[in-house]
Amino acid sequence: MTIDEIKKKTQQIVANKKSLPGALLPILHDIQHEFGHIPEQALSIIGQSLNQTEAEIFGVISFYAHFRMQQTGRHVIEICRGEACQSMGSKSLEQAAQSQLDIKYNQISKDNNFTLEPVYCLGNCACAPSVKVAETVYGRMDSEKFARLTDKLSTYKINVGEIV
Amino acid sequence: MTTTVFIPRDTTALSMGADDVVQALKFQSKAITDDITIVRNGSRGLFYLEPLVEVMTPKGRVAYGPVQVEDVESLLAQGLLDGNSDHPLYLGFTEEIPFLAKQQRLTFIRAGIIDPTNIDEYIDHSGFSGLTNAFAMLDQDNDNGRQAIVDEIKTSGLRGRGGAAFPAGIKWQTVLDAKAKAPEQQKYIVCNADEGDSGTFSDRLLMEADPFCLIEGMIIAGLAVGASQGYIYLRSEYPQAKNILEQAITIAYQQHYLGKDIQQSGQTFDLEVRIGAGAYICGEETSLLESLEGKRGLVRAKPPLPAIEGLFGQPTIVNNVISLASVPIIMEKGAQYYQDFGVGRSRGTLPFQLAGNIKQGGLVELAFGTSLADLVNDFGAGSYSGKPIKAIQVGGPLGAYLPEHQWPTELDYEAFAKMEAVLGHGGIVVFDDSVDMTAQARFAMEFCVAESCGKCTPCRIGSVRGVEVIDKMTKTHQERSEKSTEQLAELNTLLVDLCDTMTDGSLCAMGGMTPIPVRSILNHFSDDFVATTDKFNVKETN
Ligand SMILES: Cc1cc2nc3c(=O)[nH]c(=O)nc-3n(C[C@H](O)[C@H](O)[C@H](O)COP(=O)(O)O)c2cc1C
Ligand code: SF4
Ligand code: FES
Repeated sequence: MTIDEIKKKTQQIVANKKSLPGALLPILHDIQHEFGHIPEQALSIIGQSLNQTEAEIFGVISFYAHFRMQQTGRHVIEICRGEACQSMGSKSLEQAAQSQLDIKYNQISKDNNFTLEPVYCLGNCACAPSVKVAETVYGRMDSEKFARLTDKLSTYKINVGEIV
Repeated sequence: MTTTVFIPRDTTALSMGADDVVQALKFQSKAITDDITIVRNGSRGLFYLEPLVEVMTPKGRVAYGPVQVEDVESLLAQGLLDGNSDHPLYLGFTEEIPFLAKQQRLTFIRAGIIDPTNIDEYIDHSGFSGLTNAFAMLDQDNDNGRQAIVDEIKTSGLRGRGGAAFPAGIKWQTVLDAKAKAPEQQKYIVCNADEGDSGTFSDRLLMEADPFCLIEGMIIAGLAVGASQGYIYLRSEYPQAKNILEQAITIAYQQHYLGKDIQQSGQTFDLEVRIGAGAYICGEETSLLESLEGKRGLVRAKPPLPAIEGLFGQPTIVNNVISLASVPIIMEKGAQYYQDFGVGRSRGTLPFQLAGNIKQGGLVELAFGTSLADLVNDFGAGSYSGKPIKAIQVGGPLGAYLPEHQWPTELDYEAFAKMEAVLGHGGIVVFDDSVDMTAQARFAMEFCVAESCGKCTPCRIGSVRGVEVIDKMTKTHQERSEKSTEQLAELNTLLVDLCDTMTDGSLCAMGGMTPIPVRSILNHFSDDFVATTDKFNVKETN
């Protein structure tokens, strides 16, 4: 996408949402949904239209774990680090996932397929440990299931909710 | 005749493969009949049995579970569609499964029974009866009617289910009495659906299994205090709840339960879902309001209370999902009915959530007063791993780790407070004896480092120091020099002091409660704390 296209799209999103009370988070969500991250060029556009400085907008983005300004791999895999998942072995799952993909949290795998991110509870604590990819949560995850999941994700686009 | 089959679409059922079971069943049942209807209900909360497949029979719903794709063929062959009984996954009538039969469901009365986005089914299962009663109170005259609704909530004894257990009726009264300020002249109902605690999922399940119940509760709250705008602040980690809530809200608008002139009552209530962005602190009510206003979620000092100066400076009710979803049944059956459940000052029911290393995890709604031991043993059937249970953390990451001798304590806000523990959101996380208690104490501090809003020093800096001290203790212990015992004792004192500072000096309960899990480990698992089995026992200093 060219910079002009990014700007144009951002302007559209901002125009759609700016009249909402407390519009900033909805705007940031829409932008991240569109581009996978919040491009630097968006800051001044949002700032101007909400009458805030770029620093203020950046301050909000950096406060929230969900928002990011860097690109990700094709799939973002979130691994739950909450206590319920810990009690079911999420720590060894984290290690297995990191060594399997050869990345640490918030990094992109060499094949550009994956980004790993930590998350604190997906509300799936009765079937822990849990991971989430896009909108799908997977329960009772272990290193073997994880390997099968990433295998599927990297070979073809799987249907949401498909069992691994 | 059509056979109706129920397969849930809540996050947990989906996480265990419910969609694939649906596909397999659709495909494979064709050989037997063309005439099956698959209803995607919400889950009953028997998560250890998900995906739970139910079949409607003339005598009632029969359950099978947990069903995987590879079970579908044999299930069909052995008479699944007739509710037959010779399959190993056969569970009998759903309502008779002990895990469910022994519950006292008030708030979750419809969960898993209906299709969450079918408003007719909601109404058939006494949905909107509470709202109808509320309208009847307003019919006489608005002001007395509003007061009557607030009085009903007060009498019910309902206390906030989000953690602080503040009486809902008193909060509502404050908002009712508050004057909305010009130019907006607006009061707000804000639903706290941030549910950040590990081990908790009752808000999620309610929103995914019975969203109209929350919507109805919020409309009633709006009528009670004269607020015409509501927001549900939902965490971004719950995309399925978002989908289902948004569908339900759209339908509620179409059917004139939301918007202008609701059911020709002359009353207006608008409702919108707003998505958080992965900050635990945004579950704290003032931080949540900042976030809703489009800012960083920095905690506001109180007073002013949100009830007086809340969202955009206007009087605002901030209530948890379960608090608001308990309102319809109170308004339907009366305050006395609700108040008859519970013990002491903890009235009504609480949806307890069994999670972690537990064999039968899921949601158990019961009146206050049961013991943790009963929940974990009777309902939970012990640990998942089969190993002995060592510790149970109740109330999320800021809750205490309880040792075995505390498990018989009644689940009641005051009884828990007495032992320096909290019930919080009702989340119960079980750990077997492989748990490393030092690591859990460290994690409590680490979580606070990650999630502190940063506004005050005891929490922002204290938590960082907390991690450091615990690391130093571990290292000292490992080195085992001559002086280790002495040094460990000193570090232990330092950690206890630090906990006191955080408790006393923090602006909100994030920093104020982080010491709770740490202290509980120091007090009850001191043999484990750093020194596992040997002479480096740090007990005497706490
Ligand atoms: C750090 C922190 C996190 C909180 N997280 C939540 C939460 O996730 N959900 C919730 O309902 N209340 C949470 N609370 C409690 C809220 O501040 C507030 O008491 C509650 O929303 C009021 O609603 P209630 O009276 O219906 O419980 C949290 C409080 C603190 C201090
Ligand atoms: S205690 Fe922590 S989270 Fe609460 S206001 Fe202070 S810094 Fe923020
Ligand atoms: S702690 Fe991992 S899903 Fe809740």
